[in-house]
Amino acid sequence: MFPILTVMVALPALGAGVLWALPAAARTRAREVALAVTAIELVLAVVLFLQFDTAAAGSIQFSETYAWIPQIGASWALGVNGIGLLMIVLAAILVPLVILAGWRQDDAPGRQTHYLALILLGQAFMVGIFAARDVFLFYVLFEAMLIPLYFLIGSFGGAQRRYAAVKFLLYSLAGGLVMLVGVVALYFAGPGGEQAFLTDNLTGLELSTTTERLIFLAFFFAFAIKAPMVPVHTWLPTVAENARPGTTALLVAVLDKIGTFGMITLGVALFPDAARWAAPAIIVFAVISVIYGALLAIGQVNMLRLVAFTSVSHFGIMVLGIFAFTQTSIEGAALYMFNHGLSTGALFLVVGFLIERHGTADVTAYGGLQRVVPVFAGTFLVIGLSALALPGLSPFVSEIMVLVGAFGVAKVAVIVSAVGVVLAALYVLLTYQRVFTGPVREERASTPELSLRERAVLWPLVGLMLVLGFLPGIALDTLREPAADLVSIVSIEEAGE
Amino acid sequence: MSFVTPEIAWAPLAPVIIVLGAAAIGILIESFVRTPATRRIVLLTLSVVSLVAAAAVAAVQWATLDGAGTIVLDGMMTVDRQALAWQIVILVFGALGALLFAARTRAGEEAFTPLGSVAPGTAEETLARRKGFQVTEVFPLALFAVGGMMLFTSVTDLIFLFVALEVFSLPLYILVALARRRRFLSHEGALKYFLLGAFSSALFLFGAALLYGATGDTNFVRVSEGIATVTGLDPLILSGAVLVMSGLLFKLGAVPFHSWTPDAYQGAPTPVTAFMAAATKAAATAALLRVSYEALHGLAWELSWLIWTVAILSMLLGTVVALVQTELKRMLAYSSIAHAGFILVALAGFPADALSALPFYLLSYGLATLGAFAVITQVRERGEDGTVLGEATRLGQWAGLGHRSPWLAGAMALFLLSFAGIPLTAGFVGKFVAFSAAMSEGAWPLVLVAVIASAAAAFFYVRLIVLMFLTDVPEGQEDAVEVDHSPLARAVVAITVIGVVLLGIVPGPVLSLFENAGVLLLGAAG
Repeated sequence: MFPILTVMVALPALGAGVLWALPAAARTRAREVALAVTAIELVLAVVLFLQFDTAAAGSIQFSETYAWIPQIGASWALGVNGIGLLMIVLAAILVPLVILAGWRQDDAPGRQTHYLALILLGQAFMVGIFAARDVFLFYVLFEAMLIPLYFLIGSFGGAQRRYAAVKFLLYSLAGGLVMLVGVVALYFAGPGGEQAFLTDNLTGLELSTTTERLIFLAFFFAFAIKAPMVPVHTWLPTVAENARPGTTALLVAVLDKIGTFGMITLGVALFPDAARWAAPAIIVFAVISVIYGALLAIGQVNMLRLVAFTSVSHFGIMVLGIFAFTQTSIEGAALYMFNHGLSTGALFLVVGFLIERHGTADVTAYGGLQRVVPVFAGTFLVIGLSALALPGLSPFVSEIMVLVGAFGVAKVAVIVSAVGVVLAALYVLLTYQRVFTGPVREERASTPELSLRERAVLWPLVGLMLVLGFLPGIALDTLREPAADLVSIVSIEEAGE
Repeated sequence: MSFVTPEIAWAPLAPVIIVLGAAAIGILIESFVRTPATRRIVLLTLSVVSLVAAAAVAAVQWATLDGAGTIVLDGMMTVDRQALAWQIVILVFGALGALLFAARTRAGEEAFTPLGSVAPGTAEETLARRKGFQVTEVFPLALFAVGGMMLFTSVTDLIFLFVALEVFSLPLYILVALARRRRFLSHEGALKYFLLGAFSSALFLFGAALLYGATGDTNFVRVSEGIATVTGLDPLILSGAVLVMSGLLFKLGAVPFHSWTPDAYQGAPTPVTAFMAAATKAAATAALLRVSYEALHGLAWELSWLIWTVAILSMLLGTVVALVQTELKRMLAYSSIAHAGFILVALAGFPADALSALPFYLLSYGLATLGAFAVITQVRERGEDGTVLGEATRLGQWAGLGHRSPWLAGAMALFLLSFAGIPLTAGFVGKFVAFSAAMSEGAWPLVLVAVIASAAAAFFYVRLIVLMFLTDVPEGQEDAVEVDHSPLARAVVAITVIGVVLLGIVPGPVLSLFENAGVLLLGAAG
């Protein structure tokens, strides 16, 4: 069979290599090369989606297994179920748009080449992580991913970008290294042998209660940092404020999903007992994230920080959905991972366009823009409304599924989280009001309207949100079975006790 | 008592004999070849050829080894796969070190003083410099050190172990003192290294004597048999064991026996630092393994508190103090102390896996170390008149190096990431197998401390990367630093880069080789 997943990992990595190898004279064409590579990747992702058998969405498809380091039980094993598939599609959609969004970043060709190569390298890692079927491979990519991101944040962006990059790296590394202890422990708890780390061989292990709980916590710690949960979220606002909006869009929209993705595919699936044991505490933290993130978002004047805090709030809802362990809530959480990627990705990019025009992310520096740039304002409003989960736009579907699904299990948590949803209306609409309504400020009167290129970046995302808002079935079909499998893993274990 | 000449099987000793023989010939060349330039070429060729030849012979022995190994010299030494693995690792470090020893700047300046015996800053020194003198003795000295280290990895007798220890230590003391620039620092480092080294030798010897007194023998196997016959705690045996371990931990550079490390690392000529940091650590680890598994394995439980304490102290102190260093070589010295702690983590509880994990760990660590110091030799200060001066080892001087010399800075970043244990570098696989070994004996709290220390250590490695890549050259400092291209140093950097990347991405073949090495001919794990 054609190893499509390996190709999808190798293609952007090769693209990055080609970019770095470009002679200085050809570097002015770096954007075109990068865009072409990501376009091919998008085509591959579409093929992947169409070839995917939704009737068997719960089982791993496009499976590939090669021996990698048999001495320590590691394999190069890729394959996706419905959740992994959607995440890879999301990455494939966003990366070319991010490149397109940064088309006019006024950089020297050399720097621009470097930036694009890092983005492509990041995409290679993302696809690998979402497709990894081997815990060791997952871990290696999870950690190696930090290097391109570190340079993306630290080399390109605002005044405090170095501080942000180091903060990001240390947070992630701390999480990753704790996870490493869990990975090593898992090796000794598992069956051993040359394929000791294959997730297939690690599912349904009979572990002692303490071992399982400790390993689960080691994994969860890393994932909670990635999908920033209070109290280990503080790196995200710093990074969002200082990195390029494009970088942050990728980071929050796709990369941070590795956290929730890992919670589902490694955390809950491999350690169901421990997951159920920890669920009440995790739900408490999730709810705190929802409320705290929303409250802090209201208090921000920097739009990038604001969006970052809204994400903290939204990640709380996803985590709530995962650890409520009902069919609807897990399905909703997985769908939310995709929808949040579209919505927040678009939000960061549109804020980025605003900053490109006036060089500041401070809401108080704006006002009355809707009379000057009505299309811009309208697009911003729609994207903003998606973040507050307005019915008709796709995030609404997923959010309501999580809340409804979790209601039977954790009433209080859902009721409190619903307050967070109301707060979302506040931070989105307040921002819109401050930036776009009111009297036109003189120095902003000549703001250019959304260009064709910028529309080409934002409107496909808006379109997707609309389509999925009315026809969520397209995505839900691929999520139903994985969610059902997860629920059955958790509840079988429960019945066995 | 009549003296019986022991049967000596010469063939298994061949690698050591080649290296020590080449060292002896090197001394003769030193006397008979008069022109310094010719002498340097001849000695460099001799060193590299003999080291590579010895490695080749060791590899052949590995392939044709009869059973688990051979006992030679009447039980004083064993040649098993474990010993051969370490010998090959040390020979590789030796060959790379020799290349670095011979590296010179474009202006033809080398790392060593023209005449070791003259006082710094005197007229004689100037004269020696003008006459183009060179201390080419460094090559035979390094060969002696390598030979001693090779013995150190395969000796199975406490007295012979002591002899091997001195054979490799004495040349190193001299080498440390021979820096061309900042000679007082070099002398200071050498003196500290020598005094503390002598002290630790004494500790080791005292411990060996106590063990001899308690068990009636110095041979590892009979010492371990003697220990096994004693029930309960014998203070003689325990103090003997602790003292012997302390002597070895000194060579490893673990806390509290670390205090020579920063001064010796900083003062020594950088090629010597590179060689010493990589090879001494490997040799010390090999000897620690052999002594622990063959002689003292009966005390595994009693000694575990020592290993745990020293490991934790080394990791914490190494990491914390490295955080505040502003001098590059000192920072790497403290990082090496932290790494000594990581090495000891793998040794906690004497797990069988450590025998295959630690050679890999040390190979990856040593390659990155040699590479990092090879980079340091090329980053030079520039004087007012444009002449190339000594190495720029203040951290601040490295600001913006990534813009000036992206490949060299990229290589340095790779080595630092490998030290930090980031995946897809050799250092990660090394850490993984080392921590796995510790986990197999259930030492997970120690592993937890180790990963926390790793995360903290990442901070100072990353700080240098930030300086190189994300910081601009300070105003007015554009010409203060120059990257000097020395072909030999570049070659070392290239080889180590390839090694670190390959071992990081496809470690499989090397790992399985070392898995074969995880068998000791003698002792509990054998």
